[in-house]
Amino acid sequence: MKVLVPVKRVIDYNVKVRVKADGSGVDLANVKMSMNPFDEIAVEEAIRLKEKGVATEVVAVSIGVKQAQETLRTALAMGADRAILIEAAEDVTQDIEPLAVAKLLKAVVEEEQPGLVIAGKQAIDNDMNATGQMLAALLGWPQATFASELKIEGDHAVVTREVDGGLQTVKVKLPAIVTADLRLNEPRYASLPNIMKAKKKPLEVKTPADYGVDVSPRLTVVSTSEPPARKAGVKVADVAELVSKLKNEAGVL
Amino acid sequence: MPDILRREDLDFLLNDVFDLEELCRRPFYAEHERADIDAMMDTAERLAEEVFQPFAAKLDANEPTFDGERVHIIPEVPAALETYRQAGFPAMAFPAEIGGMGLPYMAATAIGAWFAAANGPAMGYLSLTGWAANLLATHGSEELKARYLGPMCEGRYFGTMCLSEPQAGSSLGDIRTRAERREDGTFRLFGSKMWISGGEHDMSENIIHFVLARIPGAPPGVKGISLFCVPRILPDGARNDVRLMGLNHKMGNRGTVNTALAFGEKEGAVGWLVGQENHGLACMFVMMNEARVSVGLSAAALAMTGYLHALSYARERLQGRPLTGRDPSAPMIPIIQHADVRRMLLQAKCYAEGGMALCLYAARLIDDLRSGTDEDAAEARRLLEILTPIVKSWPSEFGLRANDNAIQVHGGYGYTRDYPVERMYRDNRLNPIHEGTKGIQGLDLLGRKVPMEGGAPFRALLARMRRTLAEAEGDEALADIRAAVAEAVDGAERTTAAMLAAAPKAGAEAFTANATIYLDMLGHVTVGWLWLRQALAARRALAAGGAGREDFLRGKIDAARWFCRYELPLTHAWRGMIEGLDRTTLDTPPEHL
Repeated sequence: MKVLVPVKRVIDYNVKVRVKADGSGVDLANVKMSMNPFDEIAVEEAIRLKEKGVATEVVAVSIGVKQAQETLRTALAMGADRAILIEAAEDVTQDIEPLAVAKLLKAVVEEEQPGLVIAGKQAIDNDMNATGQMLAALLGWPQATFASELKIEGDHAVVTREVDGGLQTVKVKLPAIVTADLRLNEPRYASLPNIMKAKKKPLEVKTPADYGVDVSPRLTVVSTSEPPARKAGVKVADVAELVSKLKNEAGVL
Repeated sequence: MPDILRREDLDFLLNDVFDLEELCRRPFYAEHERADIDAMMDTAERLAEEVFQPFAAKLDANEPTFDGERVHIIPEVPAALETYRQAGFPAMAFPAEIGGMGLPYMAATAIGAWFAAANGPAMGYLSLTGWAANLLATHGSEELKARYLGPMCEGRYFGTMCLSEPQAGSSLGDIRTRAERREDGTFRLFGSKMWISGGEHDMSENIIHFVLARIPGAPPGVKGISLFCVPRILPDGARNDVRLMGLNHKMGNRGTVNTALAFGEKEGAVGWLVGQENHGLACMFVMMNEARVSVGLSAAALAMTGYLHALSYARERLQGRPLTGRDPSAPMIPIIQHADVRRMLLQAKCYAEGGMALCLYAARLIDDLRSGTDEDAAEARRLLEILTPIVKSWPSEFGLRANDNAIQVHGGYGYTRDYPVERMYRDNRLNPIHEGTKGIQGLDLLGRKVPMEGGAPFRALLARMRRTLAEAEGDEALADIRAAVAEAVDGAERTTAAMLAAAPKAGAEAFTANATIYLDMLGHVTVGWLWLRQALAARRALAAGGAGREDFLRGKIDAARWFCRYELPLTHAWRGMIEGLDRTTLDTPPEHL
């Protein structure tokens, strides 16, 4: 079974995000970029399936700027077998919307015919949480999102999902879309020898035109702003005052 | 942000200042390119941040203990070293022919800085192993190499260096450990060794000790010392006759277990000769270049992390109001706004980043030794001769002062164990002591390296400095920095010439009585020169557009200027103290103290 893993190049999770002065978006000039952490988890899960002999090939695909090659190299260094880059953006400020990404991925899926797609549940830049679901709808495939555990049983995937208030286990028929949540696994580090080996793994470069997909935006960003600054707290004299404030002001008791 | 190191600083030094890409174009390093070195650095940064730094304070507070049978070390240490091993780091700097990755040494050094800054004591075990493996690769017999080199490069076997004894530290000629020859060609060792880091633990499959000892009948002093390989576990699986006598309880660097070892309390510890008989010290010094660069690096890395912690603190800590508007109802300002706090930060920045530049420059010279043309390699060897004592001691001395400033910036909080800056200071305090004390480095520089080969290494260094001065000529924006460095270089040359001229008459004792001051002086001149190089590189990068790092690059020029204004003038004073071979120290009788 072939596993396809879409990965996105995003602002590094350690970087303190700054909004551009004109409110048009986040300042990405000279900012460290890395693989979306949920996508790393997805890559790790695919590699583990391969190590268990369940998967035969892991293909990583990224849609974005030319530099997303580095992100794909990371996926290859972790253990993916080959990579596809669809160069769809001129520069980092141009974000490709989930629907366009899903359409491109649908085209890749039709070409590659994977038995399973494992994606991150969302990218940490825009937090859209939409691509996996849209892709499932476009393909007419079953989906199991927010996975914290994945087992392949015959031609089904048994997926534990993290839902509000607990865990839900679903069984979906393959081929299917699974999106990875934080607790699915702990991704490995790209080891030095594998970074060297990754250089020799195939990386194919395509354009949206190759798949006949129009990636022009359909959404308009009205404004971007920093979250409001946290207000200073108040000191309470004793436990009684704390309880009274929690009861009467915060209304949590 | 964890403030371990700033990636920008390392990228700037590797790429803008010391041209890593030029190294990668050499056939010797053809396998490597900047992109994969960047990716390796990414892994190092994450491992340092996610695996090593989180337990650095815990390791300091829970140093290894000995219950009479076993050494206990917190489990985070072997777990982190295993992650490091699986990520393939132990082999990065070794040449491909002995199973390494053959990374340019400068790149491997910069990558290593992450671990030295995040948790040096945990890394200590593998740094030592690296040095020991180098020694084995250079001098070991084929049999020993076949048995131990592979597992050491993989980080499965650890190594130690057993030089000192309780009665002989800096004075290695006075060691007493005895090595008796057996008919099968092996030796049996008897004696005790002191200050052995990583000397005993259960974290690796084997520990390979490299031990200096005397074969009976050998000439006295340093000419009668041989080097032996003494494994903790013998090839047949039995424990060798090496026993842990006790642990040393150190000020800092507590996580690296430091031991006193007894060799041969029973039938004698089995050892194999490494290199030629009576050439042990010479063998040992072959790996000393790299070991001393690595001591300097550890000092510079600790200085950088201390500086970054102080910088973050100074940007956030609110105290006082501007002198120009002391309205008590106005909000307090971050302490970085106060001139004296900025002075401490600038000094720490100059020491830390200057020290790192020095170490990476030396590492690049080691790359020239390996991969340069014959002429370049010969030049690199001369430069390393003269620079090694400086690379070892300058960051150890002044990097430590950067850590001192980091404590001072934190005020009372810096003096508590709730903040990491006091631990960094204690860890760094080792560096002026081990692998040749500062005093020994001063004697090595002035007594041996400056006069050697008719002064060729010293002249090679001055020529390098003057090449940079020529490059900077005509750049108005750097004119003051260039002038200050030029003056310091000329002054160092004059003082050295005057001291050498006076030496035959004054005698060796008077010539070297102030060697440590000479070491600081030449160190400051060297780092001043490297700050000019950094300023030039920053100017080039700014001229090319700056690419969003304008403040960072301007900061390098500001630091270069600060070093010229406030640090280089010290070299005038130091030269004044020493150029007449002043005898005040020498002539003060011990009984007057």
